[in-house]
Amino acid sequence: MSSTRLEVKNFGIRTASGIDFHLAPGQSMGLSGPSGAGKTLLLRALADLDPHQGEMWLDGVAADDIPVDQWRRQVALLPAESAWWHDTVGAHFRLQDESWLSDLGFGPEVMTWQINRLSSGERQRLSLLRLLVLHPKVLLLDEPTANLDTDSTALVEALLRQYRNDRQPAIVWVSHNPAQLHRNCDRTCLLQNGGFSTADPISVSERGAP
Amino acid sequence: MTIVALTPLDLAMASGLIAMLALLSWRMRLGLGPRLIIAAFRTTVQLLLIGLVLKALFTRVHLGWMAAIAAVMLLVAGREVMGRQKRKFSGWWGFGMGTLSMFISSFSITVLALTVIISVEPWYTPQYAVPLLGMMLGNTMNGISIGLDRLTTSAWDLRAKIEGRLMLGYTWTRAIAGIRRESIRSGLIPIINSMMAAGLVSLPGMMTGQILGGNPPMEAVKYQILIMFLIAGGTGMGTMAAIWMGSRRLFDERQRLRLDRLRK
Repeated sequence: MSSTRLEVKNFGIRTASGIDFHLAPGQSMGLSGPSGAGKTLLLRALADLDPHQGEMWLDGVAADDIPVDQWRRQVALLPAESAWWHDTVGAHFRLQDESWLSDLGFGPEVMTWQINRLSSGERQRLSLLRLLVLHPKVLLLDEPTANLDTDSTALVEALLRQYRNDRQPAIVWVSHNPAQLHRNCDRTCLLQNGGFSTADPISVSERGAP
Repeated sequence: MTIVALTPLDLAMASGLIAMLALLSWRMRLGLGPRLIIAAFRTTVQLLLIGLVLKALFTRVHLGWMAAIAAVMLLVAGREVMGRQKRKFSGWWGFGMGTLSMFISSFSITVLALTVIISVEPWYTPQYAVPLLGMMLGNTMNGISIGLDRLTTSAWDLRAKIEGRLMLGYTWTRAIAGIRRESIRSGLIPIINSMMAAGLVSLPGMMTGQILGGNPPMEAVKYQILIMFLIAGGTGMGTMAAIWMGSRRLFDERQRLRLDRLRK
Protein backbone atom coordinates (compact mmCIF):
# COMPACT_ATOMS: atom_id res chain seq x y z
CA MET A 1 0.00 0.00 0.00
CA SER A 2 1.28 3.41 -0.93
CA SER A 3 1.79 5.79 1.96
CA THR A 4 1.11 8.80 -0.24
CA ARG A 5 -2.51 9.39 -1.15
CA LEU A 6 -2.16 12.58 -3.18
CA GLU A 7 1.06 13.84 -4.67
CA VAL A 8 1.38 17.09 -6.57
CA LYS A 9 4.55 18.07 -8.36
CA ASN A 10 5.58 21.28 -10.07
CA PHE A 11 1.99 22.34 -10.29
CA GLY A 12 1.13 25.64 -11.96
CA ILE A 13 -2.16 27.49 -12.23
CA ARG A 14 -2.94 30.92 -13.63
CA THR A 15 -2.00 32.79 -10.47
CA ALA A 16 0.77 30.66 -8.98
CA SER A 17 3.39 28.11 -9.90
CA GLY A 18 5.92 25.73 -8.40
CA ILE A 19 3.36 24.08 -6.15
CA ASP A 20 4.62 20.82 -4.61
CA PHE A 21 3.09 18.83 -1.80
CA HIS A 22 2.01 15.36 -0.85
CA LEU A 23 -0.55 14.07 1.57
CA ALA A 24 -0.72 10.72 3.31
CA PRO A 25 -4.04 8.93 3.84
CA GLY A 26 -5.93 10.67 6.60
CA GLN A 27 -3.74 13.74 6.42
CA SER A 28 -5.34 17.15 6.26
CA MET A 29 -3.72 20.29 4.88
CA GLY A 30 -5.11 23.75 5.50
CA LEU A 31 -4.76 26.28 2.69
CA SER A 32 -4.99 29.97 3.29
CA GLY A 33 -3.98 33.15 1.53
CA PRO A 34 -5.41 36.49 0.41
CA SER A 35 -8.45 36.45 -1.87
CA GLY A 36 -7.43 36.33 -5.49
CA ALA A 37 -4.31 34.30 -4.72
CA GLY A 38 -5.84 31.29 -6.47
CA LYS A 39 -7.00 28.97 -3.70
CA THR A 40 -10.19 28.08 -5.56
CA LEU A 41 -8.26 27.82 -8.82
CA LEU A 42 -5.84 25.39 -7.20
CA LEU A 43 -8.68 23.18 -5.93
CA ARG A 44 -10.33 23.27 -9.39
CA ALA A 45 -7.05 22.25 -11.02
CA LEU A 46 -6.61 19.41 -8.53
CA ALA A 47 -10.08 18.15 -9.51
CA ASP A 48 -8.86 18.51 -13.12
CA LEU A 49 -11.59 21.01 -13.97
CA ASP A 50 -9.15 23.58 -15.34
CA PRO A 51 -6.05 23.21 -17.50
CA HIS A 52 -2.86 23.36 -15.40
CA GLN A 53 0.83 22.62 -15.46
CA GLY A 54 2.59 19.88 -13.59
CA GLU A 55 1.62 16.40 -12.55
CA MET A 56 -0.38 14.71 -9.83
CA TRP A 57 -0.80 11.18 -8.58
CA LEU A 58 -3.51 9.42 -6.62
CA ASP A 59 -2.22 6.44 -4.61
CA GLY A 60 0.80 6.41 -6.88
CA VAL A 61 -1.17 6.41 -10.17
CA ALA A 62 -0.69 9.40 -12.47
CA ALA A 63 -3.81 11.48 -13.17
CA ASP A 64 -3.45 10.91 -16.89
CA ASP A 65 -3.73 7.16 -16.36
CA ILE A 66 -7.09 7.44 -14.60
CA PRO A 67 -10.26 8.18 -16.61
CA VAL A 68 -11.10 11.73 -15.67
CA ASP A 69 -14.62 11.02 -14.42
CA GLN A 70 -13.17 8.50 -11.97
CA TRP A 71 -10.48 10.97 -10.96
CA ARG A 72 -13.10 13.56 -10.07
CA ARG A 73 -15.15 11.02 -8.17
CA GLN A 74 -12.11 10.14 -6.05
CA VAL A 75 -10.55 13.60 -5.83
CA ALA A 76 -13.78 15.31 -4.92
CA LEU A 77 -14.25 19.06 -4.89
CA LEU A 78 -16.78 20.69 -2.60
CA PRO A 79 -17.26 24.15 -4.16
CA ALA A 80 -18.09 27.20 -2.06
CA GLU A 81 -21.33 27.60 -3.99
CA SER A 82 -23.08 24.28 -4.69
CA ALA A 83 -25.10 23.63 -7.86
CA TRP A 84 -28.33 21.62 -7.97
CA TRP A 85 -30.25 20.56 -11.07
CA HIS A 86 -33.15 18.31 -10.06
CA ASP A 87 -36.24 19.50 -8.19
CA THR A 88 -35.75 17.63 -4.94
CA VAL A 89 -32.78 16.83 -2.74
CA GLY A 90 -33.33 13.08 -3.03
CA ALA A 91 -33.11 13.09 -6.84
CA HIS A 92 -29.46 14.09 -6.57
CA PHE A 93 -28.05 11.24 -4.51
CA ARG A 94 -28.89 8.15 -2.54
CA LEU A 95 -27.87 7.78 1.08
CA GLN A 96 -26.56 4.43 2.26
CA ASP A 97 -26.17 5.66 5.79
CA GLU A 98 -29.15 7.58 7.17
CA SER A 99 -27.24 8.48 10.30
CA TRP A 100 -25.30 11.05 8.28
CA LEU A 101 -28.50 13.09 7.97
CA SER A 102 -28.98 13.33 11.71
CA ASP A 103 -25.26 14.01 12.16
CA LEU A 104 -25.83 17.19 10.15
CA GLY A 105 -29.05 18.10 11.97
CA PHE A 106 -31.54 16.86 9.33
CA GLY A 107 -34.47 14.46 9.59
CA PRO A 108 -35.09 11.75 6.96
CA GLU A 109 -37.79 13.91 5.30
CA VAL A 110 -35.09 16.25 3.98
CA MET A 111 -34.65 14.02 0.94
CA THR A 112 -38.09 15.06 -0.33
CA TRP A 113 -37.45 18.79 0.12
CA GLN A 114 -37.59 21.16 -2.85
CA ILE A 115 -34.18 22.54 -3.81
CA ASN A 116 -35.38 26.11 -4.31
CA ARG A 117 -36.67 26.27 -0.74
CA LEU A 118 -33.34 25.37 0.87
CA SER A 119 -31.38 28.03 2.70
CA SER A 120 -27.79 28.56 1.63
CA GLY A 121 -26.60 26.83 4.79
CA GLU A 122 -28.82 23.80 4.11
CA ARG A 123 -27.54 23.62 0.56
CA GLN A 124 -23.99 23.66 1.77
CA ARG A 125 -24.49 20.88 4.30
CA LEU A 126 -26.44 18.74 1.84
CA SER A 127 -23.84 19.23 -0.87
CA LEU A 128 -21.26 17.83 1.53
CA LEU A 129 -23.45 14.73 2.03
CA ARG A 130 -23.89 14.40 -1.74
CA LEU A 131 -20.13 14.37 -2.08
CA LEU A 132 -19.36 12.00 0.80
CA VAL A 133 -21.71 9.27 -0.44
CA LEU A 134 -19.26 8.80 -3.34
CA HIS A 135 -16.60 7.85 -0.77
CA PRO A 136 -13.86 10.04 -2.24
CA LYS A 137 -10.24 9.37 -1.39
CA VAL A 138 -9.31 13.04 -1.47
CA LEU A 139 -11.51 15.88 -0.27
CA LEU A 140 -10.98 19.38 -1.66
CA LEU A 141 -13.01 21.67 0.58
CA ASP A 142 -13.53 25.26 -0.52
CA GLU A 143 -14.70 27.15 2.56
CA PRO A 144 -17.02 24.34 3.60
CA THR A 145 -18.59 26.30 6.46
CA ALA A 146 -18.70 29.79 4.96
CA ASN A 147 -22.52 30.08 5.11
CA LEU A 148 -23.00 28.26 8.39
CA ASP A 149 -23.68 29.38 11.95
CA THR A 150 -21.55 28.13 14.84
CA ASP A 151 -23.71 25.09 15.60
CA SER A 152 -23.86 23.87 12.00
CA THR A 153 -20.15 24.50 11.62
CA ALA A 154 -19.51 22.22 14.57
CA LEU A 155 -21.75 19.51 13.03
CA VAL A 156 -19.96 19.72 9.67
CA GLU A 157 -16.55 19.56 11.30
CA ALA A 158 -17.61 16.56 13.37
CA LEU A 159 -18.91 14.68 10.31
CA LEU A 160 -15.73 15.42 8.41
CA ARG A 161 -13.68 14.21 11.37
CA GLN A 162 -15.69 10.98 11.46
CA TYR A 163 -15.28 10.46 7.70
CA ARG A 164 -11.58 11.10 8.10
CA ASN A 165 -11.29 8.43 10.78
CA ASP A 166 -13.38 5.90 8.85
CA ARG A 167 -12.02 6.32 5.35
CA GLN A 168 -8.63 7.99 5.73
CA PRO A 169 -9.01 10.53 2.93
CA ALA A 170 -6.42 13.18 2.22
CA ILE A 171 -7.93 16.62 2.73
CA VAL A 172 -7.13 20.07 1.35
CA TRP A 173 -9.13 22.55 3.39
CA VAL A 174 -9.47 26.17 2.27
CA SER A 175 -10.63 28.58 4.93
CA HIS A 176 -10.21 32.16 6.03
CA ASN A 177 -10.61 31.07 9.61
CA PRO A 178 -7.22 30.21 11.19
CA ALA A 179 -8.88 28.63 14.22
CA GLN A 180 -10.82 26.22 11.99
CA LEU A 181 -7.69 25.20 10.11
CA HIS A 182 -5.96 24.77 13.43
CA ARG A 183 -8.75 22.49 14.67
CA ASN A 184 -8.95 20.35 11.54
CA CYS A 185 -5.58 20.25 9.83
CA ASP A 186 -2.18 18.73 10.46
CA ARG A 187 -0.40 21.53 8.68
CA THR A 188 -1.24 24.71 6.80
CA CYS A 189 0.08 26.17 3.59
CA LEU A 190 0.00 29.65 2.27
CA LEU A 191 -0.78 30.66 -1.27
CA GLN A 192 0.23 34.23 -2.02
CA ASN A 193 2.22 36.39 -4.45
CA GLY A 194 2.26 33.62 -7.02
CA GLY A 195 3.99 31.19 -4.67
CA PHE A 196 3.15 28.31 -2.41
CA SER A 197 4.81 27.91 0.96
CA THR A 198 4.52 25.15 3.49
CA ALA A 199 4.24 26.33 7.06
CA ASP A 200 5.42 24.24 10.00
CA PRO A 201 3.27 21.28 10.89
CA ILE A 202 0.77 22.07 13.57
CA SER A 203 1.86 19.90 16.45
CA VAL A 204 -0.56 17.21 17.53
CA SER A 205 -0.76 18.55 21.04
CA GLU A 206 -2.04 21.87 19.79
CA ARG A 207 -4.79 20.25 17.75
CA GLY A 208 -8.30 20.12 19.11
CA ALA A 209 -9.71 16.89 20.47
CA PRO A 210 -10.11 14.29 17.67
CA MET B 1 -52.91 29.52 -68.12
CA THR B 2 -50.62 32.42 -68.80
CA ILE B 3 -48.18 34.04 -66.44
CA VAL B 4 -48.85 37.68 -65.68
CA ALA B 5 -45.40 39.17 -66.10
CA LEU B 6 -44.47 41.83 -63.54
CA THR B 7 -43.24 45.14 -64.88
CA PRO B 8 -40.67 47.33 -63.13
CA LEU B 9 -43.53 49.70 -62.40
CA ASP B 10 -45.34 46.97 -60.43
CA LEU B 11 -42.27 46.44 -58.29
CA ALA B 12 -41.79 50.16 -57.81
CA MET B 13 -45.32 50.40 -56.47
CA ALA B 14 -44.63 47.61 -53.98
CA SER B 15 -41.46 49.38 -52.90
CA GLY B 16 -43.68 52.26 -51.83
CA LEU B 17 -44.60 50.08 -48.84
CA ILE B 18 -40.98 49.97 -47.79
CA ALA B 19 -40.68 53.74 -48.12
CA MET B 20 -43.80 54.16 -46.01
CA LEU B 21 -42.48 51.79 -43.35
CA ALA B 22 -39.16 53.63 -43.28
CA LEU B 23 -40.98 56.91 -42.81
CA LEU B 24 -43.05 55.49 -39.96
CA SER B 25 -39.94 54.03 -38.35
CA TRP B 26 -38.31 57.44 -38.53
CA ARG B 27 -41.34 59.15 -36.97
CA MET B 28 -41.56 56.55 -34.22
CA ARG B 29 -37.79 56.67 -33.64
CA LEU B 30 -37.41 52.93 -34.08
CA GLY B 31 -33.99 53.54 -35.60
CA LEU B 32 -34.71 50.92 -38.25
CA GLY B 33 -35.07 53.26 -41.24
CA PRO B 34 -31.57 52.99 -42.72
CA ARG B 35 -31.35 49.25 -42.11
CA LEU B 36 -34.74 48.74 -43.71
CA ILE B 37 -33.70 50.65 -46.83
CA ILE B 38 -30.42 48.75 -47.02
CA ALA B 39 -32.22 45.42 -46.58
CA ALA B 40 -34.73 46.25 -49.31
CA PHE B 41 -31.92 47.37 -51.58
CA ARG B 42 -29.94 44.20 -50.89
CA THR B 43 -32.97 42.02 -51.60
CA THR B 44 -33.39 43.69 -54.96
CA VAL B 45 -29.75 43.53 -55.99
CA GLN B 46 -29.12 40.01 -54.67
CA LEU B 47 -32.22 38.53 -56.28
CA LEU B 48 -31.52 40.25 -59.59
CA LEU B 49 -27.96 38.93 -59.52
CA ILE B 50 -29.05 35.39 -58.69
CA GLY B 51 -31.62 35.68 -61.49
CA LEU B 52 -28.83 36.49 -63.93
CA VAL B 53 -26.71 33.65 -62.56
CA LEU B 54 -29.57 31.17 -62.85
CA LYS B 55 -30.34 32.34 -66.37
CA ALA B 56 -26.75 31.74 -67.36
CA LEU B 57 -26.59 28.45 -65.45
CA PHE B 58 -29.75 27.06 -67.04
CA THR B 59 -28.24 27.42 -70.50
CA ARG B 60 -24.98 25.68 -69.54
CA VAL B 61 -25.79 22.49 -67.69
CA HIS B 62 -22.45 21.40 -66.28
CA LEU B 63 -21.53 19.74 -62.98
CA GLY B 64 -18.61 22.12 -62.47
CA TRP B 65 -20.78 25.24 -62.63
CA MET B 66 -23.36 23.66 -60.39
CA ALA B 67 -20.71 22.70 -57.84
CA ALA B 68 -19.31 26.24 -57.88
CA ILE B 69 -22.65 27.86 -57.17
CA ALA B 70 -23.44 25.25 -54.50
CA ALA B 71 -20.14 26.04 -52.79
CA VAL B 72 -20.88 29.76 -52.78
CA MET B 73 -24.35 29.16 -51.34
CA LEU B 74 -22.91 26.93 -48.62
CA LEU B 75 -20.24 29.41 -47.58
CA VAL B 76 -22.70 32.29 -47.40
CA ALA B 77 -25.07 30.16 -45.31
CA GLY B 78 -22.16 29.22 -43.02
CA ARG B 79 -21.36 32.88 -42.50
CA GLU B 80 -24.98 33.57 -41.73
CA VAL B 81 -25.04 30.83 -39.06
CA MET B 82 -22.00 32.47 -37.44
CA GLY B 83 -23.58 35.89 -37.56
CA ARG B 84 -26.62 34.74 -35.61
CA GLN B 85 -24.69 33.40 -32.60
CA LYS B 86 -24.54 35.45 -29.44
CA ARG B 87 -21.54 33.46 -28.18
CA LYS B 88 -19.63 31.98 -31.07
CA PHE B 89 -16.89 29.40 -30.98
CA SER B 90 -13.64 31.23 -31.55
CA GLY B 91 -11.35 30.62 -34.50
CA TRP B 92 -12.48 28.57 -37.46
CA TRP B 93 -14.62 26.28 -35.32
CA GLY B 94 -17.69 28.48 -35.27
CA PHE B 95 -17.78 28.78 -39.03
CA GLY B 96 -16.55 25.24 -39.64
CA MET B 97 -19.04 23.34 -37.50
CA GLY B 98 -22.11 25.11 -38.84
CA THR B 99 -20.91 24.84 -42.41
CA LEU B 100 -19.89 21.21 -42.14
CA SER B 101 -23.21 20.13 -40.63
CA MET B 102 -25.11 22.04 -43.32
CA PHE B 103 -22.94 20.42 -45.93
CA ILE B 104 -23.59 16.93 -44.57
CA SER B 105 -27.34 17.30 -44.25
CA SER B 106 -28.37 19.68 -47.05
CA PHE B 107 -26.10 18.28 -49.73
CA SER B 108 -26.77 14.63 -49.08
CA ILE B 109 -30.53 15.12 -48.91
CA THR B 110 -30.61 17.32 -52.02
CA VAL B 111 -28.59 14.79 -53.99
CA LEU B 112 -30.83 12.01 -52.70
CA ALA B 113 -33.96 13.91 -53.75
CA LEU B 114 -32.53 14.70 -57.18
CA THR B 115 -31.33 11.21 -57.98
CA VAL B 116 -33.89 8.95 -56.29
CA ILE B 117 -37.09 10.90 -55.77
CA ILE B 118 -37.35 13.45 -58.58
CA SER B 119 -34.85 11.57 -60.77
CA VAL B 120 -34.11 14.30 -63.27
CA GLU B 121 -31.54 13.69 -65.96
CA PRO B 122 -28.78 14.69 -65.39
CA TRP B 123 -29.23 14.88 -61.62
CA TYR B 124 -27.46 18.23 -61.35
CA THR B 125 -29.92 19.98 -63.70
CA PRO B 126 -29.73 23.52 -62.25
CA GLN B 127 -33.44 24.20 -62.65
CA TYR B 128 -34.09 21.62 -59.94
CA ALA B 129 -30.83 21.53 -58.05
CA VAL B 130 -30.43 25.25 -57.29
CA PRO B 131 -33.89 25.92 -55.80
CA LEU B 132 -33.89 22.64 -53.88
CA LEU B 133 -30.47 23.24 -52.41
CA GLY B 134 -31.38 26.84 -51.67
CA MET B 135 -34.43 25.81 -49.74
CA MET B 136 -32.56 23.09 -47.89
CA LEU B 137 -29.73 25.43 -46.92
CA GLY B 138 -32.06 28.25 -45.91
CA ASN B 139 -33.98 26.01 -43.54
CA THR B 140 -31.16 23.90 -42.10
CA MET B 141 -29.36 27.18 -41.54
CA ASN B 142 -32.21 28.27 -39.27
CA GLY B 143 -32.27 25.05 -37.29
CA ILE B 144 -28.51 24.92 -36.88
CA SER B 145 -28.11 28.54 -35.87
CA ILE B 146 -30.96 28.36 -33.34
CA GLY B 147 -29.63 25.07 -31.94
CA LEU B 148 -26.01 26.19 -31.68
CA ASP B 149 -27.01 29.50 -30.16
CA ARG B 150 -29.05 27.68 -27.55
CA LEU B 151 -26.18 25.29 -26.84
CA THR B 152 -23.54 27.95 -26.28
CA THR B 153 -25.73 30.37 -24.31
CA SER B 154 -27.01 27.52 -22.10
CA ALA B 155 -23.50 26.24 -21.47
CA TRP B 156 -22.46 29.76 -20.56
CA ASP B 157 -25.40 30.40 -18.23
CA LEU B 158 -25.48 26.93 -16.67
CA ARG B 159 -21.75 26.58 -16.17
CA ALA B 160 -22.08 25.98 -12.42
CA LYS B 161 -24.53 23.12 -12.96
CA ILE B 162 -22.48 21.46 -15.70
CA GLU B 163 -19.33 21.65 -13.60
CA GLY B 164 -21.28 20.57 -10.52
CA ARG B 165 -22.07 17.35 -12.37
CA LEU B 166 -18.47 16.93 -13.51
CA MET B 167 -17.35 17.31 -9.89
CA LEU B 168 -19.57 14.37 -8.95
CA GLY B 169 -17.88 12.21 -11.56
CA TYR B 170 -20.34 12.58 -14.44
CA THR B 171 -18.85 12.08 -17.91
CA TRP B 172 -19.05 15.07 -20.23
CA THR B 173 -21.85 13.48 -22.24
CA ARG B 174 -23.99 13.00 -19.14
CA ALA B 175 -23.10 16.45 -17.82
CA ILE B 176 -24.38 18.18 -20.96
CA ALA B 177 -27.08 15.70 -22.05
CA GLY B 178 -30.02 17.85 -20.97
CA ILE B 179 -28.70 20.99 -22.63
CA ARG B 180 -27.90 19.06 -25.77
CA ARG B 181 -31.42 17.69 -25.93
CA GLU B 182 -32.98 21.12 -25.39
CA SER B 183 -30.75 22.65 -28.08
CA ILE B 184 -31.76 20.05 -30.66
CA ARG B 185 -35.41 20.51 -29.73
CA SER B 186 -35.26 24.26 -30.12
CA GLY B 187 -33.64 23.85 -33.55
CA LEU B 188 -36.39 21.46 -34.68
CA ILE B 189 -39.47 23.18 -33.31
CA PRO B 190 -39.79 25.83 -36.09
CA ILE B 191 -39.96 23.24 -38.88
CA ILE B 192 -42.38 21.06 -36.90
CA ASN B 193 -44.57 24.10 -36.30
CA SER B 194 -44.52 25.08 -39.94
CA MET B 195 -45.51 21.55 -40.98
CA MET B 196 -48.38 21.78 -38.48
CA ALA B 197 -49.58 25.10 -39.86
CA ALA B 198 -48.88 24.43 -43.54
CA GLY B 199 -51.95 25.14 -45.63
CA LEU B 200 -54.06 26.21 -42.65
CA VAL B 201 -52.34 29.33 -41.47
CA SER B 202 -49.70 29.86 -44.09
CA LEU B 203 -49.38 28.95 -47.70
CA PRO B 204 -45.71 28.04 -48.03
CA GLY B 205 -43.71 30.40 -50.18
CA MET B 206 -42.62 27.87 -52.74
CA MET B 207 -46.14 26.66 -53.37
CA THR B 208 -47.47 30.19 -53.59
CA GLY B 209 -44.78 30.98 -56.08
CA GLN B 210 -45.62 27.98 -58.25
CA ILE B 211 -49.33 28.76 -58.21
CA LEU B 212 -48.70 32.43 -59.02
CA GLY B 213 -46.39 31.20 -61.74
CA GLY B 214 -49.29 29.34 -63.34
CA ASN B 215 -48.79 25.73 -62.22
CA PRO B 216 -51.77 23.51 -61.33
CA PRO B 217 -52.40 23.65 -57.56
CA MET B 218 -52.13 19.90 -57.03
CA GLU B 219 -48.69 19.78 -58.66
CA ALA B 220 -47.59 22.66 -56.46
CA VAL B 221 -48.96 20.88 -53.40
CA LYS B 222 -47.12 17.66 -54.15
CA TYR B 223 -43.86 19.53 -54.53
CA GLN B 224 -44.52 21.38 -51.33
CA ILE B 225 -45.07 18.17 -49.38
CA LEU B 226 -41.85 16.78 -50.78
CA ILE B 227 -40.01 19.95 -49.85
CA MET B 228 -41.41 19.94 -46.31
CA PHE B 229 -40.22 16.40 -45.70
CA LEU B 230 -36.80 17.10 -47.15
CA ILE B 231 -36.45 20.24 -45.07
CA ALA B 232 -37.52 18.48 -41.88
CA GLY B 233 -35.07 15.66 -42.50
CA GLY B 234 -32.24 18.03 -43.38
CA THR B 235 -32.88 20.39 -40.48
CA GLY B 236 -33.10 17.52 -38.02
CA MET B 237 -29.94 15.81 -39.09
CA GLY B 238 -28.02 19.03 -39.61
CA THR B 239 -28.99 20.31 -36.17
CA MET B 240 -28.06 17.02 -34.52
CA ALA B 241 -24.68 17.00 -36.25
CA ALA B 242 -23.98 20.61 -35.30
CA ILE B 243 -25.01 20.13 -31.67
CA TRP B 244 -22.94 16.97 -31.42
CA MET B 245 -19.85 18.72 -32.75
CA GLY B 246 -20.53 21.86 -30.73
CA SER B 247 -21.02 20.08 -27.42
CA ARG B 248 -17.89 18.01 -28.06
CA ARG B 249 -15.96 21.19 -28.68
CA LEU B 250 -17.14 22.66 -25.35
CA PHE B 251 -15.04 20.04 -23.57
CA ASP B 252 -11.38 19.17 -23.95
CA GLU B 253 -9.64 15.81 -23.87
CA ARG B 254 -9.77 15.75 -20.05
CA GLN B 255 -13.50 16.51 -20.17
CA ARG B 256 -13.11 20.01 -18.78
CA LEU B 257 -15.76 22.56 -19.68
CA ARG B 258 -13.86 25.05 -21.86
CA LEU B 259 -15.95 28.19 -22.11
CA ASP B 260 -12.77 30.02 -23.07
CA ARG B 261 -13.32 28.49 -26.51
CA LEU B 262 -16.29 30.80 -26.93
CA ARG B 263 -15.72 34.33 -28.09
CA LYS B 264 -16.65 36.91 -25.49
